[in-house]
Amino acid sequence: MNFRKILALITIILLGIFILQAFLIIPEKGEIALNNFGKADIENRTAQLYIDKSVNSPNEQVIYKESKDKESGSANIVTSIVANYRALDTLGEVTVLFLAATGLSAILYNKKHAKSNFILKEDSFILKNGIKILFPLLILAGSYIIIYGHLSPGGSFQGGAVIATAFLLKLLSSKEYELDENILKIIEVTAGVSFVSIGLYGLYAEGSFLTNFLETGTIANLFSGGIVPIIYITIGLKVAVELTNIINDLMKA
Amino acid sequence: MIDFLEKWSFFGGSVLLILIGLYGVITRKNLIKIFIGLSLMDTGINVLLVSLGYVEGGIAPIITSTINNNSYNFVDPIPQALVLTSIVIGVAVLALGLGVIIKIYEKYNTLDISEIRGLRW
Repeated sequence: MNFRKILALITIILLGIFILQAFLIIPEKGEIALNNFGKADIENRTAQLYIDKSVNSPNEQVIYKESKDKESGSANIVTSIVANYRALDTLGEVTVLFLAATGLSAILYNKKHAKSNFILKEDSFILKNGIKILFPLLILAGSYIIIYGHLSPGGSFQGGAVIATAFLLKLLSSKEYELDENILKIIEVTAGVSFVSIGLYGLYAEGSFLTNFLETGTIANLFSGGIVPIIYITIGLKVAVELTNIINDLMKA
Repeated sequence: MIDFLEKWSFFGGSVLLILIGLYGVITRKNLIKIFIGLSLMDTGINVLLVSLGYVEGGIAPIITSTINNNSYNFVDPIPQALVLTSIVIGVAVLALGLGVIIKIYEKYNTLDISEIRGLRW
C-alpha cells in the first residue's frame, strides 16, 4: 500500500458515500424517489404513454393481434421507443458508433497494408469445420433477430452483434480469409443514407423528421409498425458492418 | 438480511462497480488495466439505469400471445432503450481506445503510463 493507493481509496470511499446518500434522500412531493428499489412509478412517467401508445392519440387498450392503426404498431415497446418515438436519439447514437469505427480505421491505417504481425496458429480441424457449419447459422440467427425486432426480444443492435460474431469466427478460423472492405463501406453508406432519407421523407410528407408516414397495421403482425422495421433493418446492417469493421481493423493491426 | 439484499443489491452493486472501476483507473499503471476499469464503470452505469426502471414483479414490455394487452405490470422501457444503444457504443469506444493503445505500444514499446513520455506524474 503506497501513498497513492491510500489516497485513491479515501477518494473512492468519499465519492461512494456522496453517491449513496442521494439514494437515501426522502423525496418531496413531485420528485422522483430513488430510495425504493422495485417501486418505480411507471403510471406517472412518460413510459406509460409509450406503453399505451397514446402520446398523440387517446388512451385505448392495446390488444394482441386486434388493435389496428395505433400511432406506433410495434409489439415490442422498447423497439417502438428506439426506432419510432426517439429515433432521432438513435440516429445520434448510430453516428457515434460510425465515428468510433471510422476513427479506429484512421488510427490503425497502415500505408503498406503489410501482413498482420498477429500470427495465428495452424488451423485446427475442429475449429475450421465447426465454423463452416456455424457461420451460416449465425448469419441466419442474426438476421432473424433483426427482422423480428419489433415483435420479439432482440433487435438491430443485438442482431448486428451476432452477425459480427460470425465474421469474427471466420477471421479467427482461417489465415487466408479476407473481408472486402469496399463492399463493407458500400453497405454501411447505403444503410446510413437510407435511414436519413426515411427521416427526410417523413419531414416532406408529414411535417416532422422521422415521422411514421406508413400505415402501422395490426399489432404483432410481421408487416406492422410502419417505418419501424425498415429503420431497424438499416440500423442492423450498419451495426453489423461497423462491428465487423472494428474486428477486422483490430485483427489486422 | 434477504430484504436488505433485495433492496440494495442493484443500486449498491452498481455504485460499487462504478467505484471499483474508478479505483482501477486511478491506481493501475498498465493502459489495458485502465481500460478494464473504464469498462467496469460503463457496466455499472448501465446496471444502475436499468434498475431505476424496475417494478416489483414486472415483466418485459413486449406484447405477445400470452401477455396480450397493455394493462400488465410492465417494467419501464425507456431506460432499457437507452442502455440498449449505450452497450453497443461502449463496445465501439472501447475498441477505439484499444486502437490508440496499439499505436502507443508501437511507438514507446511499453504500456506503463509512468514510462511514456508526456504522461509522467
